Amino acid sequence: MADAVPGKAILARKEGMTQLFDEKGQVVPVTVLKAGPCVVTQVKTPENDGYHALQVGFIDQKPRRLAKPQRVEAEKRKVAAKRILREIRLAAPADRKVGDEIKCDVFQVGDFVDVVGHTKGRGFTGVMRAWNFGHKPRSRGNMNVRGPGSIGMRTWPGRILKGKRMATQWGGERVTVKNLRVMAVQVESNSLLVKGAVPGTDDGVVYVQLARSTRPAKSS
Amino acid sequence: MDRVSHTVESFKKKNPPEFGVGDTVDVHVRIQEGDKERVQLFSGVVLCMKNSGIAKTFTVRRIVQGEGVERIFPVHSPAIADVKVRRRHHVHRAKLYYLRDRSGKSARMRERIEDKDGELVPGEAAAAPAAKS
Repeated sequence: MADAVPGKAILARKEGMTQLFDEKGQVVPVTVLKAGPCVVTQVKTPENDGYHALQVGFIDQKPRRLAKPQRVEAEKRKVAAKRILREIRLAAPADRKVGDEIKCDVFQVGDFVDVVGHTKGRGFTGVMRAWNFGHKPRSRGNMNVRGPGSIGMRTWPGRILKGKRMATQWGGERVTVKNLRVMAVQVESNSLLVKGAVPGTDDGVVYVQLARSTRPAKSS
Repeated sequence: MDRVSHTVESFKKKNPPEFGVGDTVDVHVRIQEGDKERVQLFSGVVLCMKNSGIAKTFTVRRIVQGEGVERIFPVHSPAIADVKVRRRHHVHRAKLYYLRDRSGKSARMRERIEDKDGELVPGEAAAAPAAKS
């Protein structure tokens, strides 16, 4: 994962969407994220690993359900067994140690965040659904009304142009939604309310980090 | 299963205004004019209430210069300062969309009045058309 300069990042679970009101009384659509608590499972250093990073675990799991490498590693570091392990890249040495908890209060109301998740898989979809193509007239003798129609020219160029939009596998891919405003942080329920939609299903795991656009420029 | 509504509980009004479908109400709407804030009234009949929880809305219909005007308000929005009930009416439906096709005499509704036990009951006479302006 990209380096979160201030280390403001957390793993979260999408709970669903609702709405709230801003100070003007306008409705704001929000996604509720159950953010953390994540536990630091490893601190990576340039000496050992070549870069600064935190490895964090999220969502409790029975140790016997983990694969042996993860289980043994957790026992060795004396941290709780976690289902998901991710790395948070850091630009500077970590100010946390193994066993520390990361909670949703790393973010404040008004922060902007980027949310990384996997979109819902739509399977193999036709051009109308995947690319918003129109359909042929449903009457007047048309049969294949949902097809793409012509996909190219004639003997010249004699081939289909690269990138031609056709029926395709759609969804189930990693997507980053940028610059979502944090509308509320509720530590007691580990809830992070961000404005707008977030990729994936309810219960899907997403990675939340301080928005790239609002981070201080990298100095080197 | 609803796992999200508890997170926006604090954005709801503690004492939401009490009114029902068929009531003639004054909606007090906060309006920002430059840096001044004032309250504007929108008076009419509550046609319907939709959704639940923080998303609950109601539609108010009034007649302005012979033209029907409807506005939809979120119950819990801070922009809705108050909803004052002017008259309650006895209605048989949860959605009064049929009022859109009616005017004058056919748009009358019977008033609901309190009897001696404090229960709301249909009044005797049919009421005049609600919220004329």
